[in-house]
Amino acid sequence: MSHWIVAPVVLPALLAPIIAFVMRHDITLARAASFAGTIALAGIAIGLMVMAADGTTHVYRMGDWAAPFGIVLVLDRLSALMLLVTSALALVVLMHATATGWDDRGRHFHALFQFQLMGICGAFLTGDAFNLFVFFEVLLIASYGLMIHGGGRVRLQAGLQYVVMNLAGSTLFLFALGTLYASTGTLNIADLAVKVREMPLEDAALVRVAAILLMVVFAIKAALFPVQFWLPATYANAPAPVAALFAIMTKVGAYAIIRIHAVVFGPDVPVLGGLIGDWLMPAAVVTVAVGAVGVLGARRLMPLLSFSVVGSMGTMMLAVAAFTPQATTAALYYLVHSTFSAAALFLLADLVVSRRPGGDLLRAEPPVVQNGLFAALFFAGAIAMAGMPPLSGFLGKLLILDALRDEPAMTAAWVAILLGSLITIVGFARAGSILFWKATALAQEQAEEKAGEEGEAHAKDAPPPDPARAGPLEVAPTLTALAILGLLAFLAGPVTGFMDKAAHQLFDGSDYIGAVLDPEAEVKK
Amino acid sequence: MEFVVASTIGVLTAGGVYLLLRLRAFSVILGLALLTYAVNIFLFASGRLAVNAPPVLNKYADVAYSDPLPQALVLTAIVISFGMTAVLVMFALGAYLEADHDRIDMTGESEEEGEGDSSSGSDDAAITAQGENRV
Repeated sequence: MSHWIVAPVVLPALLAPIIAFVMRHDITLARAASFAGTIALAGIAIGLMVMAADGTTHVYRMGDWAAPFGIVLVLDRLSALMLLVTSALALVVLMHATATGWDDRGRHFHALFQFQLMGICGAFLTGDAFNLFVFFEVLLIASYGLMIHGGGRVRLQAGLQYVVMNLAGSTLFLFALGTLYASTGTLNIADLAVKVREMPLEDAALVRVAAILLMVVFAIKAALFPVQFWLPATYANAPAPVAALFAIMTKVGAYAIIRIHAVVFGPDVPVLGGLIGDWLMPAAVVTVAVGAVGVLGARRLMPLLSFSVVGSMGTMMLAVAAFTPQATTAALYYLVHSTFSAAALFLLADLVVSRRPGGDLLRAEPPVVQNGLFAALFFAGAIAMAGMPPLSGFLGKLLILDALRDEPAMTAAWVAILLGSLITIVGFARAGSILFWKATALAQEQAEEKAGEEGEAHAKDAPPPDPARAGPLEVAPTLTALAILGLLAFLAGPVTGFMDKAAHQLFDGSDYIGAVLDPEAEVKK
Repeated sequence: MEFVVASTIGVLTAGGVYLLLRLRAFSVILGLALLTYAVNIFLFASGRLAVNAPPVLNKYADVAYSDPLPQALVLTAIVISFGMTAVLVMFALGAYLEADHDRIDMTGESEEEGEGDSSSGSDDAAITAQGENRV
């Protein structure tokens, strides 16, 4: 039993209080510790990835209690992949937050950041449904703090809505777990999978209720219609680096649906049938539509990006709803892509918005310094998010379309994805041309006007007070996120090969259940 | 007893949902508190109701026992919901001090104003309050 499996949870959990208590007055020290912790986390994630790559399911028994009685952490290919994505994203976001000074605009950014990582890693690793709830709460309570980092009236009000929404979601989660425990007598995911499959059909009602309740809870996290409305307000008003980190939070919901509803309530379970997929598919179609229309209609940049996240979640959930290994492979590829493209766009938006006098309002204003650089980066991020070649969004959408070819809901899914992409492209083109293109025209007009009048005094106030150029350190995180997208497209073959194995391991299930419930399995190795 | 427990859960949930749908932060907090009470009792009942049965197994005699796991779950849920309610109250207080009203909707406000206009005196108080809460 390798103790490294618990390290992604323990490391941030130990680091965060130290940062909060010891280093709270010294931002440099906190930054160094946070960086060290995140780099170590990335190292551990790579190590765990290597461990899981050969296909064995590693089980870590807390306190060495046997599986259905104690809590287990389970590391398989899917968990290892999610951990790696989390740590890479965390590193990118941390670089940005440090370079732009966001972490110094409120207190305890780094401590909350580490707590957030602890919750996310725990949620990806745990093999127990109630433990999943606990890790959800850990990541949520840290996200509440991060969400209102820096303060401000609008942000606090949006934060209040976010907290209320998620508290209601947590209550629903507890109701679902209670129902599940009452009907099966266990909360261990592997044990649940066995019990639910053995359940006689006449007892199905409670399990069905629990499965649907759990789906609603995870749908709140994954921002699926009809519970997606919290996301635009939250992401648009959160500090941009935090919004970029939140890109992985929606994926936690998606991961939970993939994990719980494929392993426990899979389509092969007699008491459920295709119930989950039947509900998930229409919700995902509407989510894509909501996201696309939102992108087109947004009047500010941050809500526009938030709606594009909603749309990408919908696209991904279309593939998840099919519950086949091929579609799940596509969903996983799109998950990684969507995480980094959302992060890249939010980080870039932060660089642009903080330099514009009108903030993120979509109206023509004099161009910021380095207009060309930002425009190029925005273009790259936009084609990634909208799903145009050559970046990974195109391949991801292609994989999803291909995987959904034999589904009964194929027409609706194809129409949603293709039309949604088109509308998203139009929306991004509109935003990009207003922000970067019309700005240059405006600048020329103003320059001519100024040349016409004398305007000496006005020229003094006309430029923004501090048109600080973005240094290489500030642009680097955005570039890194975009480079990851390029790499994802370039290495699409090996990456999807790995994800394919992960999806098959997930749907096979016997491996997971056997490893968790058989106490001899680990000893033999 | 089943009837009493079931109707208690029902009434608490109904009250909680009603209050949750109100527009003022105070009612919403009360509603969430009621909902968490309801879910605690619900979790407790999910291990079947038993009177005068200890949550321990007796290996010498075949006596009745109650399921200990839901009790552990309820303890966890109580701790978490207590902490969350505290956080929520601080959030609501912060938002109230910033906005001078405790309405929970944001209709039309975010359209005109950016984030740079929040350097009033109450800003500091709210941030200090959150800071204390987070420590």
